[in-house]
Amino acid sequence: MNTSQSFDISYFPGCSMATTALENNRSLHTFCGQHNIKLVELPDWNCCGSSSAHSINHHLAKWLPTRNLSLAPPGRPLMAACPSCYLRLKLTHMELSQNSAFREQYERKWGRSFDPDLRIIPFFELLSDMADAGYFSDQKGRLKGLKVVPYYGCMLSRPPVMRHEKNFHGLMEKMLSIMGAEVLHWNHSARCCGTYLSVTRADIATRSVAKILDGAEAARAECIVTACAMCHMNLEIRSKLPGKTPIFHFSELLSLSMGIGSGMGWFRRHLTDPRPLLRARRLIA
Amino acid sequence: MDKIEKHQQQPGFFKEVVRRSGVNIGLCWHCKCCSAGCPFAEAMDYLPNQALRMVQLDLKEEILKSSCIWICVGCHTCSVECPQAIDMSAVMDTLRQMAMEEGFPLGQPNILNFHKEVVNSIYRHGRTHKLEIMMRYKLGRREFFSDMDVGISMLSKRKLDLMPSRVEQPAEIRKLFTEDMEDVP
Repeated sequence: MNTSQSFDISYFPGCSMATTALENNRSLHTFCGQHNIKLVELPDWNCCGSSSAHSINHHLAKWLPTRNLSLAPPGRPLMAACPSCYLRLKLTHMELSQNSAFREQYERKWGRSFDPDLRIIPFFELLSDMADAGYFSDQKGRLKGLKVVPYYGCMLSRPPVMRHEKNFHGLMEKMLSIMGAEVLHWNHSARCCGTYLSVTRADIATRSVAKILDGAEAARAECIVTACAMCHMNLEIRSKLPGKTPIFHFSELLSLSMGIGSGMGWFRRHLTDPRPLLRARRLIA
Repeated sequence: MDKIEKHQQQPGFFKEVVRRSGVNIGLCWHCKCCSAGCPFAEAMDYLPNQALRMVQLDLKEEILKSSCIWICVGCHTCSVECPQAIDMSAVMDTLRQMAMEEGFPLGQPNILNFHKEVVNSIYRHGRTHKLEIMMRYKLGRREFFSDMDVGISMLSKRKLDLMPSRVEQPAEIRKLFTEDMEDVP
């Protein structure tokens, strides 16, 4: 990876990024574009199956991700923006690599050969590679003074078969520090947001989200930053509206650190308006 | 559960769950790290390690009727804690699917209804359409007014698209729903 070189990455947005979290999607494209990294949307991608398919239908959970893998062009990594989509794609690729009978079915089914070398990466892996390659050496510390707690939710927790894959504990803390923000310690960075319990058992999700938000307040954070669009939505909709603590997508703070954010229309899509805080910190006009 | 009667045990259940989930549940020695770490343990009728214990003891009906297998969202927090590397999420998936097949009254039927709406949405569009899923789920429960405030906030912020995002080849997705391919273990 070379900081001056431009390159293409296949991009799997997933259902949340394509709709509910459009501001996350757009700021991610903006951030990558600023660094000459082009996110090329995977042609005709389909839903990875999400929690629901693997909860109730083994066959769908197994096969929905395979079509996406078969559509990925060779020679460039496939990046998933959503941590949960990443898990589904990666686990399926691992299973295909290890199981020749599954591989044969896959090739018969999609009429395309299996690419054992396809690299499937979460956004955090790209970011970590960029940091290692010196991409952020010219950071101006624009987020100076912003008191923030990073929220990972369940994205760092993975099933045992993935124990030896790379992990990214502390990457948000590292990046936020580089960007000049004041990263605060707290106890809830890895507490699951509840995903669909927010719909099916709002009582449980509300209790859980309240603990997370109270934790951020106790740490005297001005804002929370999330790495997953689903977490972002749950923290917003299951807080008391209008909420007190703004919640950012990580991609928004990454873009703000490059001086981009004003007039992009990202922040007015938030249920808890982050603009007063950003204006106070002179991050937007 | 204080006391187990012999007639409650269904021999072969433990082996069946191990076979279908691919997880050796016999490895669990009940250190309870999973239950201590689970963010939703307080909302469960049985704790995660108790669920594994019930499988170990062949208590089929008790565990398949429980609510804990539906409350678990598969966040893998427990698997990170587990010194025996037990894939709890895979076990819970298997238990949910067995509960549906057996036809026992379900511990949390609404959660199943939600999953069905998500899967139906994938059938129709190849992708999930949140507004449709929410509407159909709420209508199914006759909960017309719960979360109206949340829905209106999200609509006003244009976070719920009225029209679904669709794949260009829905037939390829729909075929996955109807085919009966021989499953690879």
